[in-house]
Amino acid sequence: MGNDHGKFLKLFYLDPLLLLGLLAVSGLGLVVLYSAGQRDLDLVIGQAMRLGLGFGILLALAQLPPRYFRFWTPWLYLAGIVLLLAVAVFGDISKGAQRWLNLGVVRFQPSEIMKLAVPMMMAWFFANKPLPPRWSHLLGGALITVLPFILIAEQPDLGTALVVGCAGAFTLFLAGLSWWLLFSLAIALGAAIPLFWTYVMHDYQRQRVLTFLNPENDPLGTGYHIIQSKIAIGSGGIYGKGWLNGTQSHLDFLPEGSTDFIFAAFSEEFGLMGATLLLTLYFLIIARGLYMASRAPDTYTRLLAGSLILIFFFYAFINTGMVSGLLPVVGLPLPLFSYGGTSLVTLMAGFGILMSIYTHRRNPLR
Amino acid sequence: MKLWHPFAKPATHELLTRQKDNTAESELFFRRALFMLFAAFVGLLAVGGRLVYLQVLNHDRFILLAEGNRVRLQPLSPTRGFIFDRNGVLLADNLASYHLEITREQAKDLDATLAELRQRIELSDADIDRFRKLARRAPPYTGVPLRFRLTDEEIARLAIDLYRLPGVDIKADLTRRYPLGPLGVHAIGYVGRIDEGELSKLDPGQYSGSTHIGKTGVERSYEDVLRGRTGWQQVETNADGRPLRVLSRTPPTPGQNLYLSIDIRLQAVAEKVLEGHNGAIVALDPRNGEILALASQPIYDPNPFVNGIDFAAYRALNTSKNKPLLNRALRGIYPPGSTIKPLMALAGLEYGVVNRHSGVFCPGFYRLPGSSHRFRDWKRGGHGSVSMDRAIAQSCDVYFYQLALNLGISRTHEFLDRFSMGRPTGVDLPGEKGALLPSDEWKRKVQKQPWFAGDSLSAGIGQGYFLATPLQLAHSTAVISQQGKAFKPRVLYATEHPGTRVKTLEPPRLLPPVTLKNPRFWDAVIAGMIHVVEGGTAHKIGAGAKYRIAGKTGTAQVFTLGQGEKYNAKRLAKHLLDHALFIAFAPVEEPRIAVAVIAEHGGGGSSTAAPLARKVMDAWLLNKYDNSITAGIPPAQDGSPHGE
Repeated sequence: MGNDHGKFLKLFYLDPLLLLGLLAVSGLGLVVLYSAGQRDLDLVIGQAMRLGLGFGILLALAQLPPRYFRFWTPWLYLAGIVLLLAVAVFGDISKGAQRWLNLGVVRFQPSEIMKLAVPMMMAWFFANKPLPPRWSHLLGGALITVLPFILIAEQPDLGTALVVGCAGAFTLFLAGLSWWLLFSLAIALGAAIPLFWTYVMHDYQRQRVLTFLNPENDPLGTGYHIIQSKIAIGSGGIYGKGWLNGTQSHLDFLPEGSTDFIFAAFSEEFGLMGATLLLTLYFLIIARGLYMASRAPDTYTRLLAGSLILIFFFYAFINTGMVSGLLPVVGLPLPLFSYGGTSLVTLMAGFGILMSIYTHRRNPLR
Repeated sequence: MKLWHPFAKPATHELLTRQKDNTAESELFFRRALFMLFAAFVGLLAVGGRLVYLQVLNHDRFILLAEGNRVRLQPLSPTRGFIFDRNGVLLADNLASYHLEITREQAKDLDATLAELRQRIELSDADIDRFRKLARRAPPYTGVPLRFRLTDEEIARLAIDLYRLPGVDIKADLTRRYPLGPLGVHAIGYVGRIDEGELSKLDPGQYSGSTHIGKTGVERSYEDVLRGRTGWQQVETNADGRPLRVLSRTPPTPGQNLYLSIDIRLQAVAEKVLEGHNGAIVALDPRNGEILALASQPIYDPNPFVNGIDFAAYRALNTSKNKPLLNRALRGIYPPGSTIKPLMALAGLEYGVVNRHSGVFCPGFYRLPGSSHRFRDWKRGGHGSVSMDRAIAQSCDVYFYQLALNLGISRTHEFLDRFSMGRPTGVDLPGEKGALLPSDEWKRKVQKQPWFAGDSLSAGIGQGYFLATPLQLAHSTAVISQQGKAFKPRVLYATEHPGTRVKTLEPPRLLPPVTLKNPRFWDAVIAGMIHVVEGGTAHKIGAGAKYRIAGKTGTAQVFTLGQGEKYNAKRLAKHLLDHALFIAFAPVEEPRIAVAVIAEHGGGGSSTAAPLARKVMDAWLLNKYDNSITAGIPPAQDGSPHGE
């Protein structure tokens, strides 16, 4: 990265390294989408326009000094909660879940707002409190996270609820939640599971969980996705079948090949080499993001930046883990890769905030 | 400008007790961030490791799977459970049948193959048209059915030459069969091909490989039990899609057999005696809610529905003005007429509006205070002075006008609701209607009018807005016969494991009992119902009975006579004739059956409906079955004694 270039980008409050990583992943994503989407150019153009919109929002948010975010944080959070309640009451039902709010002209999912509003609110809440947090503050923080989590899980939208829940958990962790408490929680959870399994759950619920954990039990239903996905990845081998040569995706064996399971289509055509490259790019973006967060000047910006980049990690890890059969199936897209709009825009907005925090750190206007 | 914040600033004493230390916090954050960086590294490394496992270590296996997706999953559909009556008489089973199918990919010349087949078996143009339509959409390696229900002779003729016809296969499948045809169809129901609406709601895993699903009756309400669980096998196929060998196999779990509480002989009697009327007969065992017969006339044959009834036949059934497809026992809603009077009498006693001995003078009509409108009694000239017992026995309307007016609609509603009037009884059959128990609130909401005193009078004799299903009437009669003990009506008697043939009896499903302030109220009303049969409106059916019956006649008006007009059955068109109703239970001392009969436009309850109920009760209680009625019914399978 040339120095002049860097100065030019800094004029727009952008971080050149992070921007480069994002552009690399999204560019690769468009190339893969052309193949995974059965050479549908309209699909690629649509996605490119969404990416353009995303980068536009990133650029716009990067210009705002962090104090603005901080000021508007409680309002955004409050608005998000009100909208979630509105969805529960007036929301449109589509595909069996009540997620959308119809505002006459546009329909949107208020749960998307919460992906940003929860980490912001958590950071705002801990900003004035001495860290590591004390008991009463932990409880307040938990409440900020759990309320939207329940509202979103009720819709039901387990994937988004998990993102929101983890955003809160990441903030707590970064705020210095004590290891002792962390381990006790983990042990308590581990101990509760067998009791829950034996005494509370019904037979059919157990069956569902077993299928969830071992899709081969139900190869005609939900297991079909994961079996075909593993075949796609495994048959790709080390070097892959080559761009546009994936049989699994092109013969329609791989369901959701251009959205949630695009990682399988990618790994089939680009093999272990391509997949490793992508995982490395993700890691570099996460590393850069965490570095930027640790350079932030105060508690609010530090916690916010940290949890935003960790949400990105959560997406990448859950999706690649799910598609490769390492984790149970949760409907989360692969960030910057999967075809589809709303979560992409939210993610880019998050990166915009991250850049603003990093680039304004020495700005007296902060 | 300073905006008000929704959350208060932290208290200042907080800051005094422990100061924020930005440097320490920054270091803490750095350590935590470093840890998360490490965690991210480990997480992504795990995914990378998984990729190595899939793409390097198991690459050969997956490349085989992917090459034309060699391994194919084939669903194995389970065998549907049989349905028997309470004595083990077979009501529904599965018949092995054979159909001819062609796999396009393997048949070299499709036209030549079809021509060859045409020389051997009968193939209509419609068969070939349908085949071509289906074949165009199906993947080339799947078999597409050409002809269903091959005869033995056709199979023999084809089997010889099958080796010369590549891609042609004879496949076995099971077709649902109802050996007794239309008998009991409204309870048993039928299965049919899964339609698109159902397809979107089904579990695609469980129903892949299945073509049929329960559409009505028990076949629908116990679909989950009857159907069993789908199995599957992994089959290795060659490049042409021909299965080479089975790699693994999970067998399907067959469905459970069902025993219905219905006695099919009693069902035959009920359907036979009702023949010629549109209507319904419901017979219950009041001691446990078991439905013994559920007849709705007219009936129809379910068998043509199984593999798709042809359009003309379906249209004829669907547009017939007698509506044979309507299950009148659960879905027919009728004004209950005078059959509601025992419940009204109970309500009057419970709320102290009347007592057993208080009398009313019946001049043959009733006038509301300050009105000239005459509410007529069915008997011109009136009944004279009547007490409750005679009011029930003679079905005096004026007595019940007075009672209903004093009781008021809200108490009427509250009391009758306890007998499941106006709401489904919860029977284990699909589509039950709740009918209508009117209330002030209902009328304001739906009719946008207040409740008038006149409405109470009509409701008091089961007319006006009041509507009930035959099942509700049978159920409330059963509750009366048990003096308040209530069971949910049901048709399921037992389930049976198809392999071990171990039967699990279905326990009675208790409903909240109806308890009265004084249990002797029951005796008073039941005494009135006994006098209906012994000297009252239904005295004709009481004659010669070997057991004692308690009953109540009902004649429900279908249209309203003008003031001063006279009802003349002979001059009215059939569709304007009154509905004939009768409810009864017997024997009085130890009730074992409760019956409700409705004959649409049958005329009088005592003359038309009551004799039908008597025949049903005779059959059940005296085990008296006419050979001409039960001739077509095979003997019970497992030798269990018939009836009680």
